Amino acid sequence: MGSEDVWIIGSNMTKFGKHPEKDVVDLASEASVSALRDADMTMSDVGVLGVGNLMNAGAGIGQQLQKQIGQTGIPVFNVSNACATGATALRVAIMAVKAGETDVGMAVGVEKLAGAGLLGQRGPKPKSETWEPSGRFGAIGSTEGRIGTNIMPGVFAQVGMEYGHKYGGASFELFAKISEKNHAHSTLNPLAAYQKRFTLDEIMNDVMIAYPNTRPMCSGNCDGAAAMIVVNDSKLQSLPVSVRKRAVKISASVLTSDPWVEGCQVLPDVNTLTRNAATQAYEQAGIGPEDLDLVELHDCFATAELVHYDNLMLCEQGGAVDFFKSGAPWRDGAKPVNVSGGLQSKGHPIAATGIANIHEIVVHLRGEAGDRQIEGAKVGLAHVIGLGSACGIHILEKAA
Amino acid sequence: MTDPENLESIQQVPFVDYLVLGEHPYLCANECNQCKARFFDRRNACASCFSDEFTKVRIVTTGEVTSFTIVEMGPVPYVSAIVDCEGTPVRCTLIGVDPTPEEVQLGMKVELATYPMGVDSEGTEAIAFGFTPSKK
Ligand SMILES: [Zn+2]
Repeated sequence: MGSEDVWIIGSNMTKFGKHPEKDVVDLASEASVSALRDADMTMSDVGVLGVGNLMNAGAGIGQQLQKQIGQTGIPVFNVSNACATGATALRVAIMAVKAGETDVGMAVGVEKLAGAGLLGQRGPKPKSETWEPSGRFGAIGSTEGRIGTNIMPGVFAQVGMEYGHKYGGASFELFAKISEKNHAHSTLNPLAAYQKRFTLDEIMNDVMIAYPNTRPMCSGNCDGAAAMIVVNDSKLQSLPVSVRKRAVKISASVLTSDPWVEGCQVLPDVNTLTRNAATQAYEQAGIGPEDLDLVELHDCFATAELVHYDNLMLCEQGGAVDFFKSGAPWRDGAKPVNVSGGLQSKGHPIAATGIANIHEIVVHLRGEAGDRQIEGAKVGLAHVIGLGSACGIHILEKAA
Repeated sequence: MTDPENLESIQQVPFVDYLVLGEHPYLCANECNQCKARFFDRRNACASCFSDEFTKVRIVTTGEVTSFTIVEMGPVPYVSAIVDCEGTPVRCTLIGVDPTPEEVQLGMKVELATYPMGVDSEGTEAIAFGFTPSKK
């Protein structure tokens, strides 16, 4: 590659949950100022700003943020890339630093979603007097429910069921057990929106949203923000030892979109782009899945977590059910997955998610994860996927 | 809709333009002339090979459920499914089957079925499609 390594020297996330007293810019400010303090820097050090927000994608949240924490005239990239929005904002900051345009970049992801209802749910179209075909399918009404489903819980339920059809063993109970794991993990994470442990029975008997996903098996809409400061090697060398020793190396930073495959027009293919991103990331980092001490993957629904064990190559192809049954992804297992509680309990403020999952890896690699610390963690991977689709993967390593 | 088979049923309109009505209704895809990728919606060019020439092809009306979910968020639960129609995956709602995990199974054989969904102010009847368990 030839270019310098990029390091995370400041990282922060707000508590995820309901923040009725704060607006989007308040939340973004809180995470940004805390990340800057963590890096022992101010806005005057930052040369580029990547800001992700989905719900107000046209509102220039980046510039609104600058007006609250420092208008220094630096370039701002406001990005929107579905659930991969936060990872995309970070990717922009990393690319600018790698390209040599600046030594210091900042990335922020922020969202306010509490009370927004389930993602992708749309109301019925107003009925016209006569049947009027519209859109690329020439449909005369909403296709939702009429031609299957487009809502997120349903789409991701089908993603998991498709895996089950292909390889077997993926029962309702198995998916519920994945959720049981993540909710159990969340009890150790004070920043999670929900820290309640559920029994398997409670999960399976809760309100069914889209079989086999019951309510606790779906990620929760909530408010939150996360921010990160990145620097190149030469900048890092000029910083105080207190900052250097907590620096975390970005060994891989990858963003992919979904290549065409048969069937992706009827059910989004979340597998190929994740596998492609993972392959590229392992190659960039020069490490393999066997080297990972912990993984934060995009469990927007319990059914999604299963397929990503396979896509991230944490198991053999087709072996995700056995991988889960072995106990590996529990926090005391061989390959801890979503020790933060995952999106199902930590919450999913969309644009914040793609930075918050990286933040989780950072705190473990720094040895600052408190009660939920994975002892001796040296390498971690964070994954997000947004339907449409976009996939971001970052592999981080503890400073040697 | 300009299909000659349809002239006699001029008072009917399909729910989507890839549903072809007539005595034996079927789904119709835009197939890429170059790589044979199939698309149900209008495409400017092929997502697979970038060619921009397509031919309408008839999709087999029987298939196998390769994935499903039962959506229970609205007033009436329904089954969304992916059906493999001899190599062409189709998204649909399953009809004529109870929306319960006991009744809907991965791998079940299904076939295309149509049903009227109402009449507009000019008396035109809209016809929708679903897939229903195959009669052996
Ligand atoms: Zn083609």
